Amino acid sequence: MKIHIKGGRVVDPARGADRVADVFIVAGRIAAIGKMPDGFHANRVIDAAGLVVCPGLVDLSARLREPGYEYKATLESEMAAAVAGGVTSLVCPPDTDPPLDEPGLVEMLKHRARSLNQAHVYPLGALTQGLKGERLTEMAELLEAGCVAFAQADEPLADNQVLMRALQYATTFGYPVWLRPRDAGLAKGGVAHEGQVATRLGLAPIPVAAETVALSTILLLARETGARVHLCRLSSAEGVEMVRQAKSFGIRVTCDVSANHVHLSENDIGYFDSNCHLVPPLRGQRDRDALRRGVADGTIDVICSDHTPVDDDAKQLPFGESEAGATGLELLLALTLKWAEEDKVSLAAALARVTSEPARILGIDAGTLALEGDADLCLFDPGARWKVEPMKLKSQGRNTPFSGYELKGRVRFTLVGGHVVFEG
Amino acid sequence: MPLPDAERLVAALIEQMRPETSAETVLIGIHTGGVWLAERLHQALGLKQPLGTIDVSFYRDDFGSRGLSPRVKPSEIPFEVVDADVILVDDVLYTGRTIRAAINELFDYGRPRRVRLAALVDRGGRELPITAQFTGAQVSVGAGEQVELKKAADGRLSLDVTAVAGG
Amino acid sequence: MMAYNPQLNANGELKHLLTIEGLPREILLNILDTAHSFLSVAEREIKKVPLLRGKSVFNLFFESSTRTRTTFEIAAKRLSADVINLNVGTSSQSKGETLLDTVANLSAMHADMFVVRHSQSGAAHLIARHVAPYIHVINAGDGRHAHPTQGLLDMFTIRHYKKDFSTLRVAIVGDVLHSRVARSQIHALTTLGVPEVRVIGPRTLLPANVAELGVHVYHDMAQGLKDADVVIMLRLQNERMNGALLPSAQEFFKNYGLTAEKLALARPDAIVMHPGPMNRGVEIESSVADGRQSVILPQVTFGIAVRMAVMSIVVGNT
Repeated sequence: MKIHIKGGRVVDPARGADRVADVFIVAGRIAAIGKMPDGFHANRVIDAAGLVVCPGLVDLSARLREPGYEYKATLESEMAAAVAGGVTSLVCPPDTDPPLDEPGLVEMLKHRARSLNQAHVYPLGALTQGLKGERLTEMAELLEAGCVAFAQADEPLADNQVLMRALQYATTFGYPVWLRPRDAGLAKGGVAHEGQVATRLGLAPIPVAAETVALSTILLLARETGARVHLCRLSSAEGVEMVRQAKSFGIRVTCDVSANHVHLSENDIGYFDSNCHLVPPLRGQRDRDALRRGVADGTIDVICSDHTPVDDDAKQLPFGESEAGATGLELLLALTLKWAEEDKVSLAAALARVTSEPARILGIDAGTLALEGDADLCLFDPGARWKVEPMKLKSQGRNTPFSGYELKGRVRFTLVGGHVVFEG
Repeated sequence: MPLPDAERLVAALIEQMRPETSAETVLIGIHTGGVWLAERLHQALGLKQPLGTIDVSFYRDDFGSRGLSPRVKPSEIPFEVVDADVILVDDVLYTGRTIRAAINELFDYGRPRRVRLAALVDRGGRELPITAQFTGAQVSVGAGEQVELKKAADGRLSLDVTAVAGG
Repeated sequence: MMAYNPQLNANGELKHLLTIEGLPREILLNILDTAHSFLSVAEREIKKVPLLRGKSVFNLFFESSTRTRTTFEIAAKRLSADVINLNVGTSSQSKGETLLDTVANLSAMHADMFVVRHSQSGAAHLIARHVAPYIHVINAGDGRHAHPTQGLLDMFTIRHYKKDFSTLRVAIVGDVLHSRVARSQIHALTTLGVPEVRVIGPRTLLPANVAELGVHVYHDMAQGLKDADVVIMLRLQNERMNGALLPSAQEFFKNYGLTAEKLALARPDAIVMHPGPMNRGVEIESSVADGRQSVILPQVTFGIAVRMAVMSIVVGNT
């Protein structure tokens, strides 16, 4: 299928490109940018005047809820949500039911995802069997089945000896390990940031130390073992500072933040809004501002959606009993653009955080518009305003803390492998 | 129609009531105007029992639409109501609903032998079958107007007509 | 972010009582004044007024408490309401009807008011968000968050004995971290203009940001009680010893128990309060609990009048 994308503003952060140009797609690959190739006859012309043409977004965390949690969401609904959000590659955490600790499960998931012909799915394999934090999984097998790295999702790895050995083992083969910095003991029983809001509302607190103590353990062990570690979902100012220092010491670490934490703080909990019950918790405004500065200066490499669809029954409970998480695939782009506009970051620099940088961390050829590369693109209208209405989202999760917000930036077309998989 | 002089009405009421009361009669004034009036009557009639006062806020029939008044005063009935010869005292008798509420409240204290009503003015417009046995005067005012008893700093009582705010 | 107050109707009148936080002074004073009128009802032969006649009050206690439930029941019955008691039991692990389903079913039975007690903070707010417009919700205690009727009756008690809030030093002693009563008291005291509110306790039992609520923090009880006009002792739960928050009840009593000697550090006319039930020998010595400065029993009487006031006020506001 030959597609001519006409007159769009082509932004490719990896190549430093930002200019109005035409894009030509042949047989699922980018044949040319700028000048039409000889003998090119388009099957379809997409008028991209006024639109930004960028690489399809790469989301480093999106829960698809299969296998096991189909009552919360299904692959069909969440993959549709992904492409509606301009996401063409996504990573899903291993905390499915059963967890992704067996190659068979991973293969099945990849197969199911592939058959939908939408975004590419890169599963994280469980680091320990059953995510129990005791025995290692067969990482080589899992990698062969399609896992890109190994992780514990939100499950604690309480025994530091196991953590150390898991890092050593993974490093032997060069496997990356993705870890959430959360000390199980200090976070135990807590549901909200240990700050003014939790005090006033009587919510069990999670101190910042739950993140920084775990971070210091992970960073020191990473340095010790030489492991390639990716830190998932920073939440605190102190945490950002620790990563900044670790990077300056040459420790091989990357990290991400969820789009929720870029914008929200504990104050958004308001009158116990369980849509703001997130893991890690929304912290103070000072923390949020530090996270934003961290994303701007590159200490934080990536913004992800941390997409976690939760069924209504599990959200319509008192805050502390509600299930944590927010739906987010369809908001990642607009929230990234919102941050960029508010903090005066260039479009290319902002888009890097959701395209080239996550692709680099994953080690995949995505997140860029390379000639002869896969034609995974996102075409969006940067000025289009829209209101976040939970019932109109494609995700089965209606649980968004941004309900009612007016955002700017709407995906008009998403292409994967040269096929238009979403038209809005 | 000009309002009569409240002080003259008080005197007239006292004269009406004197032959009809005994030392055992008890007076209960209905807050707020009825209490001022009852104080004067009580003093003039030389009754043996102390004066009682009643606030009908908890017995009003319009609680559902108007809510609870913030200025509820405590009711005080310092004598035995069972078998008593009671005279309720109010300043203005109009629809009769306040009296109905007062009677209901009174009966929660006990069963009196008899209950009569003394009102300084009767402005008609009854919505319930209530009558005053002792009345100072009958007056006639418009539907959008309110008759109020006022008490000056020196204790002098006077009657006033004001327009009713709102509907 | 919400710009409105879920407790007030469009006219700014009290529709639900969920927490003292965010209520204007006038509303708190109105409740106290109204409660005063209800006190005399208890002294009559017929201890009833017809204000809530024909109304159904459902006591929805997800966390059981005979004392609180009984006082709400008495208050509702003195207002001539019909009272239905439901002990739904603890909810966290039990499978079965969701909280909101329970509420929806009861609403279908023509409830006019829910009095709710729950072990989770925010439960009353959640219910208030989901009930039909004509149903009123009174929070009888939600997790650690709020116990507004207790806070109000404590204010009523203080006003009864001390008259003027604007000159008082009030000390709250004990496990503030886990206490919904303490939070409600702190909000009420600061809203009513008490110039010095003190919290006294070990660091493990005081929330990290408690000073931001407008209180002075003391870890030394002797210093904290100095010249206090009101001393409020909080209950210490047994579980606190399990979470490494405290070594033992004995050690707690040693440092933070109210004895006659410690009480002597407060003003000679200081009053001693406790929301109950008391752990004698843990928070408070019997001689003080039963002593001449203790107003713990009157608190209970005032509690009924205050709850009658709250119920009448909200029902009168559609």
